[in-house]
Amino acid sequence: MRLADLTQSAGEWLRGAGPMHDVVISSRIRLARNLAGMPFLTQCSPDQQADLERRLRREVLAAGVAPEMLYVDIAAAGELDRQLLVERHLISRQHAGASHPRGVAVSSHETTSIMVNEEDHLRIQVLRSGLDLAGAIQEIHRTDDLLEERLDYAFHERYGYLTACPTNVGTGLRVSVMLHLPALKMTGEIEKAFRAAHDMRLAIRGLYGEGTEASGDFFQVSNQTTLGKTEEQIVEEFLRETIPHFIEYERQARSSLLARRSLAIDDKAQRSLALLRATRLISSDETMYLLSLVRLGVNLHRIEDVDVKTINELFLLTQPAHLQRLLDRELGPAERAEARATYIRRRLNAN
Amino acid sequence: MKRDCDKCGKAATVHLTEILEGQKLEKHLCEDCASEEGITVKASLPISQLLEDFILQTGGRGETSELECDVCGMTYSQFRQRGVLGCPNDYDAFEPVLQPMIERAQEGAGVHIGKVPLRAESTQKRHNAILRLRARLRTAVTSEDYEQAAALRDQIQELEEP
Repeated sequence: MRLADLTQSAGEWLRGAGPMHDVVISSRIRLARNLAGMPFLTQCSPDQQADLERRLRREVLAAGVAPEMLYVDIAAAGELDRQLLVERHLISRQHAGASHPRGVAVSSHETTSIMVNEEDHLRIQVLRSGLDLAGAIQEIHRTDDLLEERLDYAFHERYGYLTACPTNVGTGLRVSVMLHLPALKMTGEIEKAFRAAHDMRLAIRGLYGEGTEASGDFFQVSNQTTLGKTEEQIVEEFLRETIPHFIEYERQARSSLLARRSLAIDDKAQRSLALLRATRLISSDETMYLLSLVRLGVNLHRIEDVDVKTINELFLLTQPAHLQRLLDRELGPAERAEARATYIRRRLNAN
Repeated sequence: MKRDCDKCGKAATVHLTEILEGQKLEKHLCEDCASEEGITVKASLPISQLLEDFILQTGGRGETSELECDVCGMTYSQFRQRGVLGCPNDYDAFEPVLQPMIERAQEGAGVHIGKVPLRAESTQKRHNAILRLRARLRTAVTSEDYEQAAALRDQIQELEEP
């Protein structure tokens, strides 16, 4: 398995299926883990960081987490490959931009990725399509147990799993659910939903997580509390309360838009699709904006000749690093706009 | 009832009632003027803000900034600057100041009730002993005391055996 194999299609988690996929794009759970008897990463000497990377790479690959694992040495990888992994949500922006020895192990369907030497020694993440936190928590426990057979984790009787930043201490667990909320955005009710989320001590972020603007119609909702609850409790709260609320609000907003302004919705969705099918030059932002409206049209059955999987793939494959990998050369912004338009037209007109 | 900001006349969103020497004092402010007055209105605080608040609260007290971890050498003021801890032992070394901060960030919770590693018998004490030995090993290597370094390495390996 090579990194280049990843570029041709989207990861399993973007296939546009799974429970509640009209609103929930994906479910992600990550665990932060550190080795006992070692300083946290920033306090390690360069030699210790290099030793850690070698040791963790060896153990992660030997643990039998998935039948096939690809390991990417991020410090040795080119800018484009690092960007590609960020676009695919397999590594964080911080991990891509750092300069110390570090890496990532990725399972063949990209449902599991294990970052080595991120803020914590290990950041294990499991990604699932749609709302599948039950599947994700089961899988991440299995992965964590396999790694723990080989590694001694830093653990405190009172504080639980110890993390470099005290905000992750305890379970080290963060749930992030990516939502598509175009109707709430249109009706202007989204602020109300966010305020409710903040009151429940949830964080709302943009498409690429920490440090990214919640722009467009895609949002990540995640927990901030990691201590004093079991892993299962944190997940249950998302499954029973948080996410059902968002889904219900969004679906209500969609039906009220359909009831009151169906022609306007049809117009927005169909115009967006027509623009994408005719475009010759298009930016990443405009692509996201138009694809979001087409996705809404597909989910409301106003657009019948495009499927959600194609739309989801286009979100990913029209990102800068993916376009350049598809064409196998570096492109400036103007060239990218043309390449993006060509690719979109080909995919949507063949569909 | 809609009110305008006492200061600039924009719509007021922050309403305060203070009792000063038996006198009731009402304030109506917009978000901007409120933050100028040092009144925070955000419902949920990002961690940087949380740390900053905490620093402001404790910054004046000399004893907290002098806390130092005898394992990794990090001081509490270094932690304040960086926002990340140096080693697992810091949780104990900075406990007097870290504990209230953790509780504030964690909805008042201070005790882990979730998953426990299967090999939890490998206690914190042993881990910290390894950390200390590693620190000494580093010093030994820097000062080219290889005899001492070899002895320390053996001790570390012995402790690391599961």
